[in-house]
Amino acid sequence: MRMALFGLLVGLVFAAGCEKQTAVIPAEGKAAAPAHGDTILMGTIGDASTLLPVLAADSASGDINGLVYNGLVRYDKDLKMEGELAESWEISPDNLTFTFHLRKGVTWHDGAPFTSADVLFTYHLYIDPKTPTAYSERYKQVDTAEAPDPHTFRVTYKKPLATALISWGFSIHPKHLLDGKDITTSPLGQAPIGTGPYKFVEWLRGEKIVLEANPNYFEGEPYIKRVVYRIIPDPSTMFLELQAGGLDYMGLTPLQYGRQTQTPEFERQFRKYRYPAFAYTYLGYNMRRPYFQDKRVRQALSYAIDKQEIIDGVLLGLGQEATGPFKPGTWPHNPDVVRYGYDPAKAKALLAEAGWKDSDGDGILDKDGEPFRFTIATNQGNDQRTKSGEIIQRRLREVGIDVKLRGIEWASFLKEFINPGNFDATIMGWTIPIDPDGYDVWHSSKTKPGELNFINFKNAEVDQLLESGRRTFDQEERRRIYFRIQEIMAEEQPYTFLFVPDALPVVAARFRGVEPAPGGIMHNFIKWYVPASEQKYAR
Amino acid sequence: MLRYLAKRLLMMLPLLLGITLISFVVIHLAPGEPTDMQTDLNPEASIELKERLRSQYGLDDPLLVQYGKWLGRLARLDFGTSFSQDRRPVLQKIVERLPITILINVLSIGVILAISLPLGILSATRRNSGFDRITTVLVFLGFATPSFWLALLLMDGLGVRMGLFPIAGLKSIGYEYLSWSRQLLDLAHHLILPVFVSAFGGLAGFSRYMRSNMLEVIRQDYILTARAKGLAERAVIYRHALRNALLPVITILGLSVPGLIGGSVIFETIFAIPGMGKLFYDGVMMRDYPLIMGILVIGAVLTLVGNLLADLCYALADPRIRKA
Repeated sequence: MRMALFGLLVGLVFAAGCEKQTAVIPAEGKAAAPAHGDTILMGTIGDASTLLPVLAADSASGDINGLVYNGLVRYDKDLKMEGELAESWEISPDNLTFTFHLRKGVTWHDGAPFTSADVLFTYHLYIDPKTPTAYSERYKQVDTAEAPDPHTFRVTYKKPLATALISWGFSIHPKHLLDGKDITTSPLGQAPIGTGPYKFVEWLRGEKIVLEANPNYFEGEPYIKRVVYRIIPDPSTMFLELQAGGLDYMGLTPLQYGRQTQTPEFERQFRKYRYPAFAYTYLGYNMRRPYFQDKRVRQALSYAIDKQEIIDGVLLGLGQEATGPFKPGTWPHNPDVVRYGYDPAKAKALLAEAGWKDSDGDGILDKDGEPFRFTIATNQGNDQRTKSGEIIQRRLREVGIDVKLRGIEWASFLKEFINPGNFDATIMGWTIPIDPDGYDVWHSSKTKPGELNFINFKNAEVDQLLESGRRTFDQEERRRIYFRIQEIMAEEQPYTFLFVPDALPVVAARFRGVEPAPGGIMHNFIKWYVPASEQKYAR
Repeated sequence: MLRYLAKRLLMMLPLLLGITLISFVVIHLAPGEPTDMQTDLNPEASIELKERLRSQYGLDDPLLVQYGKWLGRLARLDFGTSFSQDRRPVLQKIVERLPITILINVLSIGVILAISLPLGILSATRRNSGFDRITTVLVFLGFATPSFWLALLLMDGLGVRMGLFPIAGLKSIGYEYLSWSRQLLDLAHHLILPVFVSAFGGLAGFSRYMRSNMLEVIRQDYILTARAKGLAERAVIYRHALRNALLPVITILGLSVPGLIGGSVIFETIFAIPGMGKLFYDGVMMRDYPLIMGILVIGAVLTLVGNLLADLCYALADPRIRKA
């Protein structure tokens, strides 16, 4: 019996060994010039939920929808606004009316022409109360929307809104396929039809999603013929797949980037990239707690925490200190704010000034007989946050603060702790949107249960700056506003801003034309190519 | 016999009702709701939007009303539509995951039985021999080895370094272009590591059951009788002892019927296999109530049916029970 099994095993190994040769037919050799063809295999942790952008809320769906659909505008590689489906646009002098001139000759993947009626339909789809979308708010401020001719679309706002323009970067949906139908049961959720560079081919649930280059794409046919998103839920497996050649693109962890990809073999087969991610991790203080209401205490905690130590320990140095809620190197980021270097003596002095002294000699600071003890809550399963917490715990103990760590399952963490404001301090992260409007996170009106200013930060000047920031269109003027906000935050330390991690994507070396830019590496994806002689998949 | 069967089937109904009520209440007690994925930490999600989404999903009804509605649909064999963004029928989601889950489970139970039953019998008949000791150590090693660890080691060793096996998934890229026989080979090639890993941990249970049952039976008087009347040892063991020793194994097999559709999250995650375990886990994480309930109901029905089948098989194998 066991012999038979072994025989079967050997047979299968052998058979499959030959299999690889037939499945992968090397293409005919030519010079390393841009050539059409080949397939890129991308790894994704989670399966997509729906391929209708209006309903999708997860990143896997977002990645695919980004290749299948277009918006009117988008950010270019330098994070400046450029036209996509809109050739150009005008903004009225009062900043209230936006007129978009649409590209002519654009067609949907099914051949139907794209017109301003599709844009108008998409707008109505978003604001329809029957559409279960989380994105309706951004269009609620629109006063009127009209399509005066097939290639013009015009919206008027009640009040000027700085984020109005980029809100039209959202995917435009095809009217002729969705009009008058129930959006939640539309077949487009399973098989999307857009105007984008890639057409949908097939979706095997939990296994893969296949896209194919759109030969009629208005910016030219993409070089890479096929994009296959392979769903591989485990990061370790994904990394093994990459090494075995079963993936061409994935995001590495700091450990993989720093320790497991140094072999000459790996360097020959792959190109690694590294640039700051649009995200930061922070320690947020709940200001409903009396001991966090004194800003000297918050400043002291920031001095007591060694941020560089966290970056070295948790990210293996693959990240940088955060000084505020913006990404270093982008226009809203103020590089000159007060920094909180590691300085335990200063931390102790500030705490003493605020009345925290170790009067009973137990090593823990106390004030009015109450020892300085609090709990840092974070979500379970996020290794970087847990480790940061452990490092912070030790450093705070050194200045006499007793910290407990608590990891809680995500849904319970939000429902029981964050939303009702029922926590002392928390380690969490935010993504950094390209537009600096941080109204929802920092304005004092956003402190109700479930809103994002859950630390209860209230500062009248910040409120006023946030309000004018989102109504101002001039970038220089906005820069001044957000620079001032960062100065106040550096002084107030509502969060101890910990770090901005690096994004660490890796791409198989046969792909050329990859061009790192402030916007990442995916901005020119349709220009990536594999020289004909190196193409791996013939079909 | 028929009356017995009807009675057993009838008794299942209140049991099933109780199971569904308890699970329905329990999953709704867990903090978080299906709409959270869209609204949590989303700067654009206003409180009013959250309320609107809740009412669209019918989450603003009292819990018992929700249960009543769900039960009403279930009575018409309608499992409802999933609360995840795709809003597809729950049954469809389950059915597309079933074949691969059942395939892997049947294969691995097959491998387990094929190896562990002979192993158990041999260990019992050669009790305390070198063979017995070595297999004992081996099967317990398998039992104690974490499957994710073994899987990653095998993937790294046999997959990445030696290139013998594919790492994850069930099909090669370009599977669609292969002939059906090549497709079958490709699938089998992808299945070897997963089936091996899932079977390896299961050897201990069955081989130990088999061994202890066998030891128990060998001590019985009728085995002594069989030996006394001069039967060959072969006949004693395989004709007289084995049939009796297999009885408890049947029970365990019956109990593993629901296990056929239940996958393991860890295992499926490591091998990137879209099976039931991952479906259920993701459903729970997203609080996709209709999907969770659908899988629980099917699991409950199969458990009850599996029990019944085990009892029936018992009766078939053992005339004493048939008469009583």
